[in-house]
Order: sequence, then C-alpha cells, then structure tokens
Amino acid sequence: MLGCEAMVKSLEKEGVKYIFGYPGAVICPFFDSLLDSDIETVLVRTEQNAAHAASGYARISGGVGVCVATSGPGALNLLTGIATAFADSIPLVCITGQVESDQIGSDVFQEADVTGACESFVKYSYYVTSAKEIPRIMKEAFYIASSGRRGPVLIDIPVDVQNEEIGEFRYPDKAVLRTYKPTVSGHAVQIKKVAKALSRAKKPLIYAGGGVHLAGAVSNLRSLAENNGIPVVSTMMGISVMPTDSPLYFGMVGNNGAPWANKAVAEADLIMMIGARAADRAVSQPEIIADGKTLIHIDADTAEIGKNAMPDIPLVGDAKAILKQINAEEIKTPDTANWLRELTEYRESHGWKKKGRDGFVDPAGILELLTSSMKDDSVITVDVGQNQIWSCNHSVIKSGTRFITSGGMGTMGYSLPAAIGARKAARSKQIVSICGDGAFHMCMCELSTMMQTDAPVKIVVLNNSRLGMVREYQHYHYNDRLSAVELAGGPDLSILAGAYGIKYMKLENMDDAEETVKGFLSGKEPVILECMIDPEDLV
Amino acid sequence: MKRIYSISVENRSGVLAKVASLFRRRAFNIDSLAVGETGDPGISCMTIVSSGDEHTLTQIEKQLNKKLDVIKVRTFAENESVNCELMLVKVHYSANTRHEIMDVCTIMNAKIVDMSKSQMLIQMCDSPERTGLLIHMLQPVGIIEVARTGMLALSRCAN
Repeated sequence: MLGCEAMVKSLEKEGVKYIFGYPGAVICPFFDSLLDSDIETVLVRTEQNAAHAASGYARISGGVGVCVATSGPGALNLLTGIATAFADSIPLVCITGQVESDQIGSDVFQEADVTGACESFVKYSYYVTSAKEIPRIMKEAFYIASSGRRGPVLIDIPVDVQNEEIGEFRYPDKAVLRTYKPTVSGHAVQIKKVAKALSRAKKPLIYAGGGVHLAGAVSNLRSLAENNGIPVVSTMMGISVMPTDSPLYFGMVGNNGAPWANKAVAEADLIMMIGARAADRAVSQPEIIADGKTLIHIDADTAEIGKNAMPDIPLVGDAKAILKQINAEEIKTPDTANWLRELTEYRESHGWKKKGRDGFVDPAGILELLTSSMKDDSVITVDVGQNQIWSCNHSVIKSGTRFITSGGMGTMGYSLPAAIGARKAARSKQIVSICGDGAFHMCMCELSTMMQTDAPVKIVVLNNSRLGMVREYQHYHYNDRLSAVELAGGPDLSILAGAYGIKYMKLENMDDAEETVKGFLSGKEPVILECMIDPEDLV
Repeated sequence: MKRIYSISVENRSGVLAKVASLFRRRAFNIDSLAVGETGDPGISCMTIVSSGDEHTLTQIEKQLNKKLDVIKVRTFAENESVNCELMLVKVHYSANTRHEIMDVCTIMNAKIVDMSKSQMLIQMCDSPERTGLLIHMLQPVGIIEVARTGMLALSRCAN
C-alpha cells in the first residue's frame, strides 16, 4: 500500500466522513486516493475556510474535523483557521502536502515551513519522514486532537512520502504516548471539597465556558444547576449551555456581556468556573473573581488553572467526568431563593435599553425574533463584530440550540464556512449563519461551496455598510475620528444572491419583520436575508 | 528570582525549536540553555535557567508540561542542585602577564589547555558565579574570546 492510500485508510478507520480542503500538486497523491474512498470532499474556495468548515463540523458532530491543503500558500492560508481552532480548543486534524523531502530547505516552488510557522498555535505537529509512520501518526493525531484540552494537530507530509510503499497496512488499536496522558476524572478529595463548599454557599454561581460543550457535558451541567438551584452565567464560548428561558440562566459575562451576569459574578460567594479561562474579554480583572469568594476552577488544562485567577479548589480533568462525580456527591442543596430573586429583580429592573433609530432594522429585535422563531434543535453560527455581540446578548437559546462563534481569536468570516461544516454534521437541522457585511465580504466566496456541495444554510447579513465594531471603537476611543471603516462599493446582495441562484430577501425596518423571518426560515433552500442596520448603532 | 528547569525530552528533530518557541511565544526569559543526550539515546536533557516572578516561573513549568515532546520537568532552586558550566577563555599574554595568568588559573582551579607564543586557552568547569569571576579576573590581561555552555544542573544526591 502507498503512503497516500494509508492516509485515506487511516481516516476511514477514524470514521471520517468529510474532509474540507483544497488540492495542489504536492497533495495530489492523497486526493487521488480519496477517489477510491467513500469519504466526501468538500472543496472550499480558500483554505482558511477549510479549517473553519472543519471546525463547524467538529463542534456540531462532536468528533474531529479534518482539513487538507497543499504546500506553501495553501498551507499558509490554512494558518488563520488553525489559530482560530486553537484559541477555541476545537479538535482538528490538519493535513498539508509538502515539497519533496530532498528539496526541503532549498526554497523550491511553493515551499514554506508550515510546522515552524504554526508551532505556537497547534496542540502538536508532525513532519512525516517515512510513510511507514503514517498509520501511527494518524492514530496519535486523532487521539491528541480529541482528548484532554482539545485542539488542532498538524500533519505535514512531503509528496514523495505519500508515494512511498509501506507494505501491509496495520492501524494501531490505540495511541501510546509516554509524554501525554490527559487527566479524565477529578481528584476524589477535591470533589469532596467541592461538595462541601457548595453545601455551605449562600450565593453560588456556575460560570460555564466552551469546555462544557467540548466535553459534551451540557446535560450534566444542567443537572447540577437544576438539582441545586444554582444560577448559571456563561462566557461567549459557553453560550447555549443553558436555554435563555431557564430561570437559572443570567446571560453572558464580560465587557460586552449582560450587566446582570457581571453582577452575579461580583456578588457570588462561590464561583464554579467550568471549562473557562477567565480571559481578558470575560473578566477585566481576574483577581476580583477570587476576592472574598470561594473559587472552584474545573479545567482540562492544568496550565489554565491559576493562569488568570487563583482558585481555592482546583480540579483538573474532563468536565463531563467531573460533573458526573460532583452530581453523584451528596450536596446539601443551598437555599438560593433569595439569591435568585435578587438577580432576577436586577435583570428585570435594568433590562437591555432599546437602542437605534426608527427606519432601520433593530439588531436586538431582529435577532430575538429570528432565534425565537427557529426550531428547538437548530444551530446558530455567528461571526465577529457587532453582529457577534448582538447575537450573544439577544439570541433566544432553546433547550437544543447550539450557538457557535470564534470567541478566542475573533476571526472575521468564520460563520459561513462554519455553517457549511455544521450542515455536513447535521443534515436535517435548521442552520442559520449570522454575519455583518464586513465578515460576509470575507467569506462570501464560500457561497459557491455551499451550492456545489449541497450544504444549504440560511444567511443573515446585518448590513450597516461599516466595520461596525471598529467604528464603535473609534467612536469611543478616537473621538469619532473614523478611519477606514466605511464599506462602500457594493456588491448589491440581491444581484449577488441571484448570481449563485440563492434566494434573496431584504428587511429595511421592523415593519414586516415577522412575515419576512417566517419566509426566511421556511423550507430547506438557502436564503440570504439582508437587514439594513443603522450605521450609528452601538452594541 | 531564578529557577533551573531540567527537562527530559524526546530526542527528535525539532524539539529544541518547539521548546524555544514556547519561551519566545509567552515572553519567558532564557538566561541559559544547554542540551545533550542522556544515557538513553531516545531522550535528551535540556537544562534551562529562567528568571521571573513566582507566577511566571510556575507558568513556565505548566506550559513545558503541556508540550507533547516533554517527558518530565524537574525544577529546582540553585541551592537544591549541583550546578556547573564549562567555559573556554582565550587570552593574550606576554612575558609580563604570563605568571599573573597562571596564578589566577591556579587559584581559580582553571586549566590551561592550549597555548601559542602570544595566546593561551583556559578551560574551567565550575558554577556560573565562579566562571564569571574568572572572566572578571582575566579582563585586565586581554580576553580574545569566550565560550560558555550555559548551566548544567542535577538535583543533589538522595540519601
């Protein structure tokens, strides 16, 4: 068997159904072998989106996303997508072709040191020197990507290695790595401490991050909260751990989050941080989190514990395993009625202030209407910019809704390719991609991928003809001296949609919003819904 | 605050770059670094001396442990280990300075390992403070060049 055939065979052994990629000369042996496999290739229009689509696929399927590119520019285009996945701990296996082994280092056509370039934002990388290693490396790569703190793994394979004979194909049953043994269960003594601390708390709070989704621990988290009456706030990556109509859920924390979520963090006497890292966007001064409170920090990554906030009870391990352990403990349910009432009253008396002028679409209003009209088990992929903050704060999350966005890296143009990947993972779900006009411009080349690979997605473009988030920043920090934030020059989205054969709808204001949203969501065909937003609207 | 990291790593190509890249990426200091094979040809030992506050020094250890090529990280303060570095110093000499240099070498327990009619090559293996002191003592006679390995360290013998 040839190395390239072993690569495909290994992917089949790992249960891979889709690869997202873009070919080139030195990855052609692999693409050639794909022709003899049932694995479907989703041909993206630029490599960055192969990584984003694989990320969307991974997040909705719960498995590992696979993206493939050629050497040099192909691999380099992939880098932003790899870094985006790394920042959000998304399990990816990224395969890049490389020039002939004996030409490495001689600056031949399309040669770039990709393993060197992405060293600081991959979980691990391989440069394959012998085709015989391919089965072992593939096995390890999938194991590393999908265990412990998840993340992208890069495999760079020279074209001659892909064409090398390996003899008989034998796929290892398991990956054996002496340097890597992620902790799964939480330390028993620490679990007891958590149970004791929870029983003593008067104002406990669960602070849930993206790690809860990655561990598939949403139902365990809900049980813990519901059985003990503990309110929950989430980070941006944690959104959709709880439905918005839960009396226990108090929204997203952080400088762009809900005031009631931040109040809950400030006033709680016990915070249980799960799969979150107290990053700068979520907590401006992490030290106050621990100030006079009991802080419990549960994370798959030892290095996150104590990096930004120093916990009283650190717990390293898999969020699902640990939540199961905690749920199995006897916890004297704290009486949180007063605490919940206090938070609820605060939310009701404050509420979101209605912003924006008449004659435009109200972003908060349209997002609330749209998401509340969506099915219970739908997927919302959200881009970066004002549209992200509006979506985070105003989406109605139902019990089965999954909300995904680029939180850590904040990569514009994520939502459409991620939605295409999500579509491959969930054929029958309702999938809506929400982006601003700036982000849409960055990824609209993927409309043809969507059409070609039968991956219909409903797309909302919140159009304010601006890079709204930057404009807002310049408004606050540069005294309205606006620099390079106006997006003129088209395109006319109705014509653009027509060019792809995609249905187009437009909303100028809130007058026929209900009817339009209903039409937008009905049926399976792709639609672009353009919503005209006031350029002066702020988040 | 200084800390010594004695790191066992997989002896593969690119591992030094991966570890060095971690220090650069997270803005950790490298005061010195020495790498070599251990008794097991599959394992190399890297000795890195770093400095920073307690939080940074702890982060360094945690981040090193996350690297998949790192087998084990041991850390110690300077007094918990036997530390030494190898240094070579080349100096000018003349009839006037020859004795002075030889005296310094005797006192400092350094060895003259090569010489010509105008130059001497001195070798010393000792703690970084002592190798530093030799440089200081030789400065007046005219140092041509210096090569130092960086600190090597192993924890003190167990009882």
